[in-house]
Amino acid sequence: MTAMASPSAPLLYLDGVTVSFDGFKALNGLSFMVERGELRSVIGPNGAGKTTMMDVITGKTKPDEGEVFFDGTVDLTRLDESEIANLGIGRKFQKPTVFENLTVFENLELAQKCPRGNWHTLLATLTGTQRDAIDRTLETIGLSGREGALAGALSHGQKQWLEIGMLLIQDQQILLLDEPVAGMTDHETSLTAELILSLAGERTLIVVEHDMEFVRNLGARVTVLHEGSVLADGTIEHVQNQPAVIDVYLGR
Amino acid sequence: MSAAPDFLDRRGWAWFLAIGGLLTVAVPLLNAAPAADSALRLPDYLIPLFGKYACYAILALSLDLIWGYAGILSLGHGAFFALGGYAMGMYLMRQIGTRGVYANATLPDFMVFLNWKQLPWYWYGFDHFVFAALMVAVVPGILAFVFGWFAFRSRITGVYFSIITQALTYALLLAFFRNDMGFGGNNGLTDFKDVLGFDVHEQSTRRALYVVSVIAMGGAFLACRAIVASKLGRVMLALRDAEARVRFLGYSAEHAKLFAFTVSAVLAGIGGALYVPQVGIINPSEFSPANSIEIAIWVAVGGRGTLVGALLGAVAVNMLKSWLTGAVPEAWLFVLGGLFVLATLVFPRGLAGLAQQLKTLRRPLPAVGAGKLAK
Repeated sequence: MTAMASPSAPLLYLDGVTVSFDGFKALNGLSFMVERGELRSVIGPNGAGKTTMMDVITGKTKPDEGEVFFDGTVDLTRLDESEIANLGIGRKFQKPTVFENLTVFENLELAQKCPRGNWHTLLATLTGTQRDAIDRTLETIGLSGREGALAGALSHGQKQWLEIGMLLIQDQQILLLDEPVAGMTDHETSLTAELILSLAGERTLIVVEHDMEFVRNLGARVTVLHEGSVLADGTIEHVQNQPAVIDVYLGR
Repeated sequence: MSAAPDFLDRRGWAWFLAIGGLLTVAVPLLNAAPAADSALRLPDYLIPLFGKYACYAILALSLDLIWGYAGILSLGHGAFFALGGYAMGMYLMRQIGTRGVYANATLPDFMVFLNWKQLPWYWYGFDHFVFAALMVAVVPGILAFVFGWFAFRSRITGVYFSIITQALTYALLLAFFRNDMGFGGNNGLTDFKDVLGFDVHEQSTRRALYVVSVIAMGGAFLACRAIVASKLGRVMLALRDAEARVRFLGYSAEHAKLFAFTVSAVLAGIGGALYVPQVGIINPSEFSPANSIEIAIWVAVGGRGTLVGALLGAVAVNMLKSWLTGAVPEAWLFVLGGLFVLATLVFPRGLAGLAQQLKTLRRPLPAVGAGKLAK
């Protein structure tokens, strides 16, 4: 693709992406596009390539073939994880990953958007504005009053929220959420859906989820992956009625 | 609200200054002031011994900074200590001048013995203390930077990193053994006469070296403390717990590790430089892989991830070693191994965490058992 920055260029563009591990094609000519401000759900059976797709976007895995562009011009296949993170692409892991031996507050402090160089971090002091931003994020993720707790002492659902909070305070444009409601209670799940819906439009979100009820609640466009490529795409009702989708996934 | 340590508070400073004052004023005074036959007098041989412990403590701090905080276990830290020691040893060799056995004004004895005609280029400058002092920091620092740059960029972590650091120190051991390296081969550098014009065998010089070592130990402690209390220190802790998460937050894991590793190597080099004039010799055995493993044991016994623990561990294990290698020499290695097993299995937080561990143990236990444990 002759990528040119233009208002109409998709924020994230994957074309013909193939990744193989020992001959197994985790991604097989995957093409996928997300517009700025879009909320997109990605579903698919185990091994469909959902997590590998996130690995490719965030620089953890380099594709064997294909193109990955951010904002029309930035070739993500040439950058490493931290460079991609600094472009504004944030990721929540499938298994909640927070710094368990640091407090909730310290987790957010490290995530907060500010210069990442060694000298900056060595000499950094927290300003009042930064402290306020952390307090606001604590409120958003429902962890006010827990800021002094060790992140390792949080419940599973709270860790998920803390990790989402870390993406928010990092001020990322694109949030890749890998199974954000896994292990959450119904109540926590609906709160998370509310949070995600409130972010849509302002940020671009890609949500990988197994919980079909949750995906339905989000009401977003759905992309179904199967064996490393897109099987179907559209509203949840549309994809649920596709015979191919029923065969490989919903019908099981 | 902090799980990561803060810089010293008022109480911390009070402790720091009290212990510092005791070590830098009271100990030398007890050696110098009382009459030679007084019971109060600290025997002369203890001063360089304590000075040696202070150097080991600096070395332990340097390892704890990277192992305890950033989760990088270097099993080759003795190499940086030895390099700092060699840089100082080269200066001390140049100070001998014509007082050597061969009374050669331009060449150290071992070079005369090997029939060398001129001083190798890399010995230039070591006549000057300031240059040597600079090399004490620069040589270990550059080696750590280059080695770390390749290792961290290739994402070598955990046990693989530990193994290649063992290889690094072993390679240096073999290299320094060679006579044609120009560092005195097997015998190393010894027979020192004076440092900055003071006779190294004088008790007053020994006391001064001891005091400088203790001050350096205090400085190293404050430097490490400042680093671990900074946001960079929290990035290091975060790296230890979840490296991938740190990368996805946009931090360069390589850069943070490289910083810690290089600072750590420089500290180790300073420890080695202060060590050499007090023990009077530096030879390739300082590079031996077993030495470097022993450093990790000091830190584990003292309490990994607590800087005070590193200090305690280095001093306690070495005091035990001094005593035991005199009393029951054959038992020492078993005791050292046993200590490591104990530190791993029974008191994982080390000496520094022992008080707290006993407190938590005491609560659920009946009074009788608690009394025994507290002892």
